Amino acid sequence: MTTQTVDQAAAAAARATPQRIAHRVRGLSDRAIAWLFISPTILLLLAINIFPLLWTVYLSFTNFRANQPGREFKWVGTRNYERLLGSEDIWGYMQATAHFVVWTMAIQIILGLGLALLINRAFRGSGFWTTLILIPMMLSPAVVGTFWTYLYQPQTGIFSYILNVFHNFGPIDMIGSVSLAPWAIVIVDTWMWTPYIMLLCLAGLRSIPDYLYEAAEIDRANWLQKFWYITLPRVLPFLMLAVLFRGIENFKMFDLVVELTSGGPGSTTELASINLKREAFEKWRTGYSSAFAIILFVTVFGLGNIYVKALKRVTS
Amino acid sequence: MSKPSLSVTTASPRAKWIAGILVVSYAMVAMIPLVWIFMTGFKSPPDSISYPPKVVFEPSLEGYVNLFTTRSRQTDEYIESLGPPETWYDELVRKRNMVITGPSRFADRYWNSVVIGFGSTFLAVFLGTLAAYGFSRFKVPLKDDLLFFILSTRMMPPIAVAIPIFLMYRELGLSDTAAGMILLYTTVNLSLAVWLLKGFVDEIPREYEEAAVVDGYTRLQAFVKVVLPQMRAGIAATAIFCLIFSWNEYAFALLLTSGNAQTAPPFIPIIIGEGGLDWPAVAAGATLFLLPVVIFTVMLRNQLLRGITFGAVRK
Repeated sequence: MTTQTVDQAAAAAARATPQRIAHRVRGLSDRAIAWLFISPTILLLLAINIFPLLWTVYLSFTNFRANQPGREFKWVGTRNYERLLGSEDIWGYMQATAHFVVWTMAIQIILGLGLALLINRAFRGSGFWTTLILIPMMLSPAVVGTFWTYLYQPQTGIFSYILNVFHNFGPIDMIGSVSLAPWAIVIVDTWMWTPYIMLLCLAGLRSIPDYLYEAAEIDRANWLQKFWYITLPRVLPFLMLAVLFRGIENFKMFDLVVELTSGGPGSTTELASINLKREAFEKWRTGYSSAFAIILFVTVFGLGNIYVKALKRVTS
Repeated sequence: MSKPSLSVTTASPRAKWIAGILVVSYAMVAMIPLVWIFMTGFKSPPDSISYPPKVVFEPSLEGYVNLFTTRSRQTDEYIESLGPPETWYDELVRKRNMVITGPSRFADRYWNSVVIGFGSTFLAVFLGTLAAYGFSRFKVPLKDDLLFFILSTRMMPPIAVAIPIFLMYRELGLSDTAAGMILLYTTVNLSLAVWLLKGFVDEIPREYEEAAVVDGYTRLQAFVKVVLPQMRAGIAATAIFCLIFSWNEYAFALLLTSGNAQTAPPFIPIIIGEGGLDWPAVAAGATLFLLPVVIFTVMLRNQLLRGITFGAVRK
């Protein structure tokens, strides 16, 4: 910065600063501090988030391969996109992702809301048991995934063993079976993230003032009416916020599932991100996978925005 | 509820009991996997793959020894020629006809996790505090757009950004270095740090600083001497959230690190023993890796809600 611009900034700041403070300003002006404080963050985000994203957009129109950096590559127009949208495999991965997102959300909403209602009734506070329930969601998904493969062992694993106590199923091969593997990943995600939905529902429940229920009691409302007309509308914004955060995370899901099933058996649990990693870092089809990455990003962003609009309608 | 009670908002004792029992049973079922990880760490390898799964077993430190060492199988004659074992862990390993050949890479990987975790947390909280103060107190053009932009960087799938970062780091010589990973995790954590910390700054009354400025402090002095001390609790909570994220992160670590700067999450799943995964060693590694997070979660329980919603819900 030249002295001239500093002077200009100081003059501008002096104009902007109220008289009371202005005569006491020494050193940096408010505006200089604001930019000094904010710009490192913006610059870092531009360099390590936005620049790479733009680079991905560029690469998606080429046939570049990252494992052959010296090789000539050329602009191929929209060919990568055409190939992706015309490929049947992609729809398979998208379906696996949709199955995962829809079922984890559905089950976790029911369990999380149910748990929150129970905790609210039983404890009215965050006690020892609530804290215990919260632990799984803070753990490393990759390590959790690894360890669940051990719990899921058909012969020696405790999951199959416990289920066999209730009914004689025989060894249950959660990870090796085509029909069970999609549910194996839903179960582990539910174990990890139900507490998240529960915590937000609990916040919603605590925001309901008691007098609403007292008024409902005077009007002789039954418990179902109280739930439907008081509890649910008040909890819904919190629940929807939880689903927004978790839905985005699960759409991008990689670490937990890759360690749990690595996409198998076959490609039954090959979620979009897992396939993307395979195309980009095993087959090294950088251009093609960049196009896939952009499609995923646009999908997340688009669905997220539609959802936020719905959320705003509910909260207003 | 057939009997109308006096106060409608407090549940009847019986309903309370049933609810309590249901919550406690959920918590206990949810704890089984974690208790099982902890127990498996103290099992011997044969006990870890026995049928039926053993709940009662003779505790052994073999998993922990295997986690921290590399071993090779030797003949009886060779082991006898070595003389009596010098330490308890030598003795433990020799029972399986093995000798310790050196330390494993687990300690290195764990240390990498510590360095990268703390480094990126420090940077993210430092930059985040400055930016949060800037956004909270000053008129910044396009403030809402900038804040939304900061948040939206969180929506990108990590693999999507990993492709160009992989190329960029290769050019800059940052691939597989702690510095590269610290920079990357700092960026990812910044969105959380800015949003959370802005909430904490917003809660501090402006009058404090204005009074300090009237008393002769400059803006910067007021920030350092008045605002920062008030933010201590918020900064601590934010730091723990950033630390947990860096600690748990897997996708970038898997794709961008290998021999040198690899952290523990991509390493723990590949602890191989003879004939497949060495489950007691994996469990021992998982226990040591998850334990700090469990402790932090208990410490953070009252700030948890705020942290996981980017400050959107504050109770």
